Amino acid sequence: MNTNCQECDAGITLESSTEVNEILVCPDCGVELEVTSLNPPALELAPMEEEDWGE
Amino acid sequence: MITAAIVGGSGYTGGELLRLLIDHPEVDVTQVTSHRYAGNYVYQVHPNLRRRTELKFTPVEELQKTDVLFLALPHGKTQKQIETWVEKADYIIDLSSDFRLRDADLYAHWYGHDHEGPEWMQKFVYGLPELYRSEISKTNYISGVGCNATAANLALLPLVQADLIDVSRSIVIEIKVGSSESGASGNAGSHHAERSNVVRTFSAFGHRHTAEVIQAYGLKDITLTLSSVDLVRGALATAHVSVKPGVTQKDLWKAYRQAVADNPFLRIVKERRGIYRVPEPKILAGSNYADLGFEFNPDTGRVVAICAIDNLMKGASGSAVQSMNLMLGFDETLGLEFPGLHPI
Repeated sequence: MNTNCQECDAGITLESSTEVNEILVCPDCGVELEVTSLNPPALELAPMEEEDWGE
Repeated sequence: MITAAIVGGSGYTGGELLRLLIDHPEVDVTQVTSHRYAGNYVYQVHPNLRRRTELKFTPVEELQKTDVLFLALPHGKTQKQIETWVEKADYIIDLSSDFRLRDADLYAHWYGHDHEGPEWMQKFVYGLPELYRSEISKTNYISGVGCNATAANLALLPLVQADLIDVSRSIVIEIKVGSSESGASGNAGSHHAERSNVVRTFSAFGHRHTAEVIQAYGLKDITLTLSSVDLVRGALATAHVSVKPGVTQKDLWKAYRQAVADNPFLRIVKERRGIYRVPEPKILAGSNYADLGFEFNPDTGRVVAICAIDNLMKGASGSAVQSMNLMLGFDETLGLEFPGLHPI
């Protein structure tokens, strides 16, 4: 199952064991994506916790 | 196996060339010249090469013919004697600024004097494989690259190649540079008490490397501003660019992906978490990688494009060896696989 990152459009392949609501990390831009559908495959940006970068 | 010699091998770029070439599987370095250090072992000037080479510096007058001649002389010297150098080798790589520009008028404008070998300017190919890979593979004469120009050119590369830049708007590139950029000879400004802890803008406009960016892309309204920072190695270019209306974040990602797909030493660094979210020169010391990143403000159409390099590697000797590999038909990455250090 192939789909794309909502942030950077990188191609993402969902493994057969993927479940709805699972959180994935985009291999290109590192954003977290929630699997919202398997048929058809669909991803949405998951809220990411802001981190203090030490600045 | 081919033979190589380095003329003017006592400087920092000469030392880096040696470090790369003595481990290169296809190159045998036969001579390194230095007027000042003739008769001394190479390691006495480049201490990291102790027990890695038995070479001694020789006077340039004793230079023998070789296959590839690297010229690491001060700027302005090579152009005076180019006819002599081409008699010594079939392949020339000049790391100075003498043959980076192909246009005599552009040279005179940025260097303040006429070129002394203008008939040779068109014979040299600018030695940045990311821009001129095909031309480099067909030439016998390669120029080196300006380190600041390289950081600027690679920062802009994905945007230019994808034709995303609104060229009606100014481009401003701020470049922070380490002290090794000024070479191995000291001056009042490089005295430790003056140079350490510094953040000093030393060239707001008019740095000569600007000409190499103008030549590469034909961009007219472009400014390079250079500041010294407390690094020994490293250059970080931060380019402020307006993109064409309608350009999206995904368009930018596509452009950057294409750039790194075509070039083995370009990497995208754009992370959402962790410490190294954007390109930083610190972790590139000794490596030939150029790390690229960007941020996009869709409200203003402004992109901040970032490129980090080691000024002595991708900005000088690394690109020279990469270009040599291409020119001689070797694998482009040969001898350049070192990934850098962490932590450092």
